Amino acid sequence: MTQGINVVGLYVDDQDEALAFYVDKLGFRIHTDVRNGAYRWLTVQHPEQPSFQLGLFTPGPPVHDEATAQTLRAMVAKGAMPPLVLAVADCRASYARLKANGVEFTQEPVDRFGSVDAGFRDPAGNGWKMIQAPA
Amino acid sequence: MQDPALLRRLLRAKDAMDAASHEAWPVERLAAISGVSQAHFARSFKQAFGVPPHRYLLTRRIEQATRLLRDTDLSITDIAFATGWESLGTFGRTFHDVTGRSPSAMRVEARANGHQLALVPACVLKAAQRPDLTTAVLEKRRRKSQGTLRPSTEEVS
Repeated sequence: MTQGINVVGLYVDDQDEALAFYVDKLGFRIHTDVRNGAYRWLTVQHPEQPSFQLGLFTPGPPVHDEATAQTLRAMVAKGAMPPLVLAVADCRASYARLKANGVEFTQEPVDRFGSVDAGFRDPAGNGWKMIQAPA
Repeated sequence: MQDPALLRRLLRAKDAMDAASHEAWPVERLAAISGVSQAHFARSFKQAFGVPPHRYLLTRRIEQATRLLRDTDLSITDIAFATGWESLGTFGRTFHDVTGRSPSAMRVEARANGHQLALVPACVLKAAQRPDLTTAVLEKRRRKSQGTLRPSTEEVS
């Protein structure tokens, strides 16, 4: 078996909206979508990264009490969660494609010492940097 | 606790300042992005992000100026105007008040510090080196000149 990091999750306020964003706009694929009552385990994958799943989880019961869930939703909405980085081969081409798909960009592509990076947010407020490594 | 939907809209205004900190950001422009009244905007922004919107903008301008001082050979006058100040004097004074150094001293120091941080993505590093403005700049200067630590007067924003 391969050892390593398998799932890392994000908090989102609305799983349907997050799913539409990560699949329809970013081009990820659904890996797992199962429910148990109100609980929904939802993960997506980058099409070129089959060993890693990105979880799209909603704060709330049974994992969190309502006050904790409210705090987590607020933290996500004000962009306080940790930075996420998406590696791309061509930042400007990806920017043009995602922008046309309606992705909310926070920063246009910028050259920095040979790399090119841009920034966008998911509907919940999670911030992504999209980075093209130096050639 | 503020409503997450409001916070998400306030974040859009903060993102807009981040993307173009050299531009003018009157409250009506920011409030329009967030879809709230001007009075509501300033109060809500401070509650959400801990600083009034215009002090936040100031930190972004200082951060951008510091980057330009370190990474380019632009003159200090060019950097002042490129980062949104309307006069060189205001820029130099504010920069010193916030960072404790003149722009030219910062340029020498930043360049001497080398590239130990080269492995952190540049865009993340930029945010990490943002000045931490917990008090108003004028208040900071006032306290220094008087040598006292009186409570802050009301923010002018």
